[in-house]
Amino acid sequence: MNIRELIELTGAKDMTPEASRETEVTCGYTCDLLSWVMAHGKAGMAWITVQTHMNVIAVASLMEMAAVIIPEDIEMEEATLEKAREEGICVLQSGKTAYELCALMAEAGLPGTPREG
Amino acid sequence: MAVLMEKKFPVEAGAYETAGEASTTIKRTLKQLGVSAEVLRHVSVACYEVELNLVIHSLGGTLTLQVEPDKVTLISQDVGPGIPDIEKAMTEGYSTANEEARTLGFGAGMGLPNMKRNATDFDIQSEVGVGTTITMSFALKA
Repeated sequence: MNIRELIELTGAKDMTPEASRETEVTCGYTCDLLSWVMAHGKAGMAWITVQTHMNVIAVASLMEMAAVIIPEDIEMEEATLEKAREEGICVLQSGKTAYELCALMAEAGLPGTPREG
Repeated sequence: MAVLMEKKFPVEAGAYETAGEASTTIKRTLKQLGVSAEVLRHVSVACYEVELNLVIHSLGGTLTLQVEPDKVTLISQDVGPGIPDIEKAMTEGYSTANEEARTLGFGAGMGLPNMKRNATDFDIQSEVGVGTTITMSFALKA
């Protein structure tokens, strides 16, 4: 699945149209504790979080994630979106809950992350 | 062994907005040097965690990147306040992060354990009232 297909699947709003929509999405994840995400994040991940501050983009960029999805129509700060555009990280905004997004993504065959060790 | 490159990054206490900038620059630098994706990932996680620790817990400090032919070393040095009980601080789930940090999604008590897990060698020295020095090295595979 790529970003374009993820947008079609979730009906989410693309907040960073500058980022490539061809980027491959390899797995899905949801968590709001950034240190936890640093321990368990994967490259190519679509990460659902209610956090909207700058550090979200730092984490997504360092982990080379494909996309950050903000659920429940939560607004991301403009400064954070700007940072996302700079780093080439795709940010999607959705009216659905994190649970609904996970269900949709899982149903479409997007895997979760394998547990390490 | 000879140090091929050394770069220093000052990290300001409480500067949440810019937290991660040093780590992003370090990652980019190492990527340009041709460091493998796997090593890059370990360095990135440990580097971001240590940078955030400087922002959240320290009174300010410096992050130093050293590149040698066989390893990458990250050194975090701060000017206090120091850690009274290192063993406790190393325990997963234990955190002394303030409310502001927790609201941002930090303070899960994963920082130091994450660093140790990702570094090839990890060393922490701390003295209350003086400061903390964390030295992490990452082996570069031939």
